Amino acid sequence: MIRSSAVEMASALAKGEITSVALTQLHFDRIASVDTDVHAFLHLDTDGALAQAAAVDAKRAKGEKLSPLAGIPLALKDVLVQKGIPTTCGSKILEGWRPPYDSTVVTNLKNNDIIILGKTNMDEFAMGSSTENSAYGPTHNPWDLSRIPGGSGGGSAAALAAFEAPLAIGTDTGGSIRQPAAVTGTVGVKPTYGGVSRYGLVAFSSSLDQAGPCARTVLDTALLHEAIAGHDPRDSTSINAPVPNVVAAAKSGDVKGMKIGVVKELNGDGYQPGVRARFDESLELLAKAGAEIVEVSCPNFEYALAAYYLIAPSECSSNLARFDAMRYGLRVGDVDGASAEEVMNLTREVGFGREVKRRIILGTYALSSGYYDAYYGSAQKVRTLITQDFTSAFTKADVLVSPTCPTTAFKIGEKSNDPLAMYLNDIATIPVNMAGIGGMSLPSGVADEDGLPVGFQIMSPVMKDERMYLVGAALEAALLSKWGAPILSKAPSLGGLA
Amino acid sequence: MSLTYDDVIAKYEPVLGLEVHVELNTNSKMFCGCSTTFGAEPNTQTCPVCLALPGALPTVNEKAIESTIKIGLALNCSIAPFSRFARKNYFYPDMPKNFQISQYDEPICVNGYVDVEIDTDEGLKKFRVEIERVHMEEDTGKSLHVGGATGRIHGAEYSLLDYNRAGIPLVEIVTKIVPGTGKYAPEVAKAYVGELRDILRSLGVSDVKMEQGSLRCDANVSLRLIGAEKLGTRSETKNVNSLRSVERAVRGEMIRHAELLNKGERVVQETRHFQEESGLTRSGRSKEQAEDYRYFPEPDLVPVEPDATWIEELRAQLPERPSVHRKRLQEEWSVPDKEMAAMINADLLDTVEATVILGSDPTKARSWWLGEISRIANEQNVSVKELAITPTDVAEIVSLVAQGELTDKLARQVVEGVIAGEGKPAAVISARGIKVVNDDSALMAAIEKACAAQPETAEKVRAGHLPAAGALIGAIMKETKGQADAARVRELLLGHLGQA
Amino acid sequence: MSSLSRDEVANLARLARIEMSEEELVNLASEFTVILEAVARVQEVASADVAPTSHPLPLRNVFRPDVTKPSLTPEEALSGAPASEEQRFRVPQILGEEA
Ligand SMILES: [Zn+2]
Repeated sequence: MIRSSAVEMASALAKGEITSVALTQLHFDRIASVDTDVHAFLHLDTDGALAQAAAVDAKRAKGEKLSPLAGIPLALKDVLVQKGIPTTCGSKILEGWRPPYDSTVVTNLKNNDIIILGKTNMDEFAMGSSTENSAYGPTHNPWDLSRIPGGSGGGSAAALAAFEAPLAIGTDTGGSIRQPAAVTGTVGVKPTYGGVSRYGLVAFSSSLDQAGPCARTVLDTALLHEAIAGHDPRDSTSINAPVPNVVAAAKSGDVKGMKIGVVKELNGDGYQPGVRARFDESLELLAKAGAEIVEVSCPNFEYALAAYYLIAPSECSSNLARFDAMRYGLRVGDVDGASAEEVMNLTREVGFGREVKRRIILGTYALSSGYYDAYYGSAQKVRTLITQDFTSAFTKADVLVSPTCPTTAFKIGEKSNDPLAMYLNDIATIPVNMAGIGGMSLPSGVADEDGLPVGFQIMSPVMKDERMYLVGAALEAALLSKWGAPILSKAPSLGGLA
Repeated sequence: MSLTYDDVIAKYEPVLGLEVHVELNTNSKMFCGCSTTFGAEPNTQTCPVCLALPGALPTVNEKAIESTIKIGLALNCSIAPFSRFARKNYFYPDMPKNFQISQYDEPICVNGYVDVEIDTDEGLKKFRVEIERVHMEEDTGKSLHVGGATGRIHGAEYSLLDYNRAGIPLVEIVTKIVPGTGKYAPEVAKAYVGELRDILRSLGVSDVKMEQGSLRCDANVSLRLIGAEKLGTRSETKNVNSLRSVERAVRGEMIRHAELLNKGERVVQETRHFQEESGLTRSGRSKEQAEDYRYFPEPDLVPVEPDATWIEELRAQLPERPSVHRKRLQEEWSVPDKEMAAMINADLLDTVEATVILGSDPTKARSWWLGEISRIANEQNVSVKELAITPTDVAEIVSLVAQGELTDKLARQVVEGVIAGEGKPAAVISARGIKVVNDDSALMAAIEKACAAQPETAEKVRAGHLPAAGALIGAIMKETKGQADAARVRELLLGHLGQA
Repeated sequence: MSSLSRDEVANLARLARIEMSEEELVNLASEFTVILEAVARVQEVASADVAPTSHPLPLRNVFRPDVTKPSLTPEEALSGAPASEEQRFRVPQILGEEA
């Protein structure tokens, strides 16, 4: 049962073949058996989840009308606050903090009766591409425990790939949903910026952050997308418009006549051969399904990475200023005679990890007087150019596609001392965040050279998120008929139980 | 050797700059739904947003935007077609996010002016104070310092923070530099802040209570040699909490700067704090290194683009300008220029107006407030508005005098009683047993008694020598313990002696 | 051109309120030489005629009506406080001036 899709689980629940309590317990059992190896979770809310499941079972018994995902368990990235449940963002500085309020995403999950199992591991404050930057130890890729599960949302992706949960929530600032999905053989969507409320999402880079759905199938992802999306008056950047009809698109998968644009700049040199082979194969399958493949050029994408590593650190240097030991979280050095300033300095030294400090300092520099125009200001101009590239490309194609990342999962520790090499992981995912458009990663098979999963990225214009689901569903169907089984069936079993 | 003010202005020209912070009187805070009620129990008006809990996001209070646009319009500003919020980054425990949401290079209102009138040696003179910008921001929390001897920040062992005030909408109004005021710089500063306060009050956008901190003024002062072009180094005086202090602070800083300059010393560009008791300023703790606020557009909020229709709707809601309102009152009340200026200078125009609205004769109201009541305030070294007497009390007293229930002399006793906290006029009258003797038979008895006691004087009056009546009236008043209406006494006496 | 000295990093760390050891300062300064060179590429295309983008979407005038909403209880507000006293957050002594 735990290897089923959420849709299949929902059907079993509806038919009375299993209760939500039993389904939830099965997942806790699975977590108990494999998570010592995978380390996807930072906190489990066993009592809360089982109580929530029992409540859903009771509603179902009374014949109440339930949402499509009612009673299905979910893993929540530890960057979204949930009332009374520890929220650390993978950082020591928030160790033990229990928020007194729910994020809008959590409110929406609860309103849809989706069962929140617990909080998943991540790079500290979502800064990273490997989940190695968590203060609570790395998460391991279920395909190969010596490898990274991607980041920053490595915990959520690994939980899906290890069958610890059929649904998960991630957040994506430069690829933190899509890159982990790619390297774990799962599906992840970064909705249009403003499509899902950021209220209660602990900010890394406010103008880039976006929460989104993660699952093992395109349709499961769409159902979760629909459950969490929609206008929220508590987020001023939330779009006040109907949610794109992503579920219908995922069910249809009809790409006949669609124009699919291959971004010339996001392929070729620097991309692993197995990654390129799978990408080309996917294009062929989509062409066979009736889509027209065209090539588009986005010349300014080559500056996206540089701009990203100015904008995100700048915003984070300001967003993370609130972690100062005064109102919540860690406090270090509060001895007699110490000043507030000294305590702030010491707490932030001890509470933040290396990458977070590196980015705070970089952002402080980029915003400082005399350097603003050269760095932050220029980066914002690049952002304009990237958006223009997308606008022009979308006149030639309905969606754009590329490999999600240049390589498959690398070894834990391999790049941790080379920040620039690490940053290159996000080269294909970052442009989407810069322009605020939608992006999806879904599995396109495994690379011949290492047997590890490869991701296929689909990008759709602002508030046209349904388009990536159409293409994703078409490709998923074509690949399934080619392989005969879902990609995760190729992954090694873990914990001896599966 | 200490300089006199005359020495200073003989040699130097002052240049002013004023920054005023106004707390708006919205129901909810600038960026969250918490209440703004003053004086609530600590941390009862806080939420994830104004406590800067991780994940919380700001949302803009529409009323605050409207109030700011109204302020801009009332100050003759242009309303920017595009403006944005920006983050001002610096660490301070009073400020939960460790940045303040403010406006930087794209404020909502720019380029306005306020005209003020000053009573100069050459009569009333108009000065124009130009406004550079009006922008929106948010207030900080309040800290309570525990363990220090003086309660000042230094020496405190720890601090206790209350964030009820954090996030209350603030509007900052910044003038351009104001040159050319010469020796009237302190008066111009005071008149400007007073005028601004009256405008804000008439708009109904703020409580404008300087003593409660809902209107705060920072005064920038610099001096240059008369005739020089280059501006001198300025100091910025904070903590100026009354109109009188604005004037004192500017005057005090002018003298302090001049003393330094005369000794060949440099004026340090710094923040200074005004001290109410001494009227002097003290230096703030100088920062070893300069702050760098690293402003950037607030990514959690979207730009403000007020359209013309909205602006015109708000313009149509503007009340009569205080200056126009004053001209109208002056005409309606027939008050001479000098007296009008005195009333404004004493900050009593609104009080007199309130008394007139309650039915009092304008001249009577003015003479009570600027005369007897101001005299008592002066004696007690407090401001008139701190006294326990209200426009309602004065209107009532004026009405009792008009009805002949009180004489002027008795009315003064009632005023004294009200100010002494003995209650409302009626309560004072009954408690003190104040009563005009207007029973003619009682007066007649006193008159007869007086005439009998001074038969020669009575005879003089009877013979037509009227000035002699004064002595009799004095005796009668004494007999009736001053409670008789002197005019009535005179009338009855003359009648009694055949001179009516 | 694109490099930072140890002292510049120390000043940034002061602005960002992060205590740093001598070793950290020196390491960061050398890392920044590489990182800044990479990010400085944005200047190649950021010409004066390009408008900056600070918000990914062109939203305007998003406001909330001036209506009060329930606040947290003081207990909830103070629930995460490292120290509290008299219903207030207790913090170490604050040096310096109010802004
Ligand atoms: Zn609040």
